[in-house]
Amino acid sequence: MRKFDTKVQHLKYKVLSEVARQAWNDTLYDNLLDIPKILVPGKTPTMRCCVYKERAILSERVKIAMGGDKENPNVIEVIPIACDECPVGGFEVTNACRGCLAHRCEDVCRFGAISFDNNHVAHIDKSKCKECGACAKVCPYTAIVSRKRPCQNACKIKAISMNESKEAIIDNDTCISCGACVYQCPFGAIMDKSYIINVVDMLKNRNRDEKYNVYAVVAPSISSQFTYAKLGQVISGLKALGFHTVVEAALGADMVAMAESKELTEKGFLTSSCCPAFVDYINKSFPALKEHISHNLSPMATIAKYIKETDNAAKVVFIGPCTAKKAEAQKPEVKKYIDAVMTFEELQALFDSRDIEITNLEEDVLDNASYFGRIFARSGGLTDAVAEALKEQGIEDFELKACTCDGIEACRVALLKKSKNMLDANFIEGMACVGGCIGGAGCLTHGEKNKAEVDKYGNEAFEKSIADAISILK
Amino acid sequence: MKVTVCIGSSCHLKGSRRVVEQLQYLIAENDLKEKVQLGGTFCMGKCQQGVCVTVDDNFFSLTPDTVDEFFNKEILAKV
Repeated sequence: MRKFDTKVQHLKYKVLSEVARQAWNDTLYDNLLDIPKILVPGKTPTMRCCVYKERAILSERVKIAMGGDKENPNVIEVIPIACDECPVGGFEVTNACRGCLAHRCEDVCRFGAISFDNNHVAHIDKSKCKECGACAKVCPYTAIVSRKRPCQNACKIKAISMNESKEAIIDNDTCISCGACVYQCPFGAIMDKSYIINVVDMLKNRNRDEKYNVYAVVAPSISSQFTYAKLGQVISGLKALGFHTVVEAALGADMVAMAESKELTEKGFLTSSCCPAFVDYINKSFPALKEHISHNLSPMATIAKYIKETDNAAKVVFIGPCTAKKAEAQKPEVKKYIDAVMTFEELQALFDSRDIEITNLEEDVLDNASYFGRIFARSGGLTDAVAEALKEQGIEDFELKACTCDGIEACRVALLKKSKNMLDANFIEGMACVGGCIGGAGCLTHGEKNKAEVDKYGNEAFEKSIADAISILK
Repeated sequence: MKVTVCIGSSCHLKGSRRVVEQLQYLIAENDLKEKVQLGGTFCMGKCQQGVCVTVDDNFFSLTPDTVDEFFNKEILAKV
């Protein structure tokens, strides 16, 4: 059964599971240099020009699987030798241009950038072209194409450019670590740093000198992942790995919905604090709006804080779809609650590093949160939860006018409007990934049905109201 | 006295919320808020025996229907 969307993810997974396997066996540092050869054993290249380049790139991947470049604060990293230096010409006319008579391209271009040579073939004057793409849309032969790098295309906030050697570089002052480029680069040249060996060490040493419990906090988007098995089997798998228990981040979301709705009525205007990439985006690109960011911790940090308050020997590992959570976990106010962050991709690698076939396991249960906490995983869910929390608290004199932003482009538009005082809303729900967390870069698969899966999972919650779900926490 | 109720998934599905709410009610009713510290925890590792409750270090297996009896015997009588 296919477990990933792309071969790049599969390759990344192979590296992660091999690194984790060696870490479990205490052989990682002995075999470090052999891992590329273990993964690419033969002499016939399957990915690059030769096996030597493949292995050279793999050793870079191993580095990232072990935490990456410590000097680079960003959790997203480019592997320069893996970057294929894709063309960056923007819109170009290809040899599919037939030199027709219609000249739709010329007519539609508002900047006069299109001219024709003696063979009637179109040319684009780069000094005039504004990259609007209108010509490409009207050409009957689809002869005009955008030669934009997939990474740059994926990065809607323009944090990626190229250096003199044409390799992709990330501007850390702009990057929000959402991972869009990680998922989109067809060569797998941009990766999120992994802390999988920290998790292995934590699980391995839990019964040695210092006794502690390792808690797995799972994001609600898990309901759309591991589709080849039952959710209950994933929970059993986590316990088989050595996690003490599994707690829904959605319970933290319930707590956040309650607190954030209260904060909203007090302040009158608020931007959500759940999506770390969105929060980072405001901090980096709209600093004037900083004061409006909700002061609540994210659902991940909120539930982890609660766990640590109930069990002082707790260590908490968050498992979700998100690369930006890895960055959030490094913030001083979150660091004390979260010991490591893993993606669903990494969890799959961790299962396989222990040869745990989750489809053979019994089904365990996962139920801590309400419907509303669970639907945080998809765009619009947080807004629904805040509306519900206002209702449950009997706050009727406050009219919630939410602006639900699905994806970072929508976030940008709303924030631009807000900074010019042109936004007719008192609450911005910002989700950097399209679709919400289910569109996250660390998901195993991204599918049409994911939203429906999240809603279904929400409806299965034992508790129907937010107040009921969090009543036990007081 | 420290009373801890498991609010992990398994106990939650067996009604730990009702256990907690009933205990909260009984503690308030008997004016024991000063003396009894009620808290939650995720998983005591005895999911089969849920709803799991501990009073200091002693373990008890409850259901929402046995809360009153438990309260009278183990909390009210000993506090």
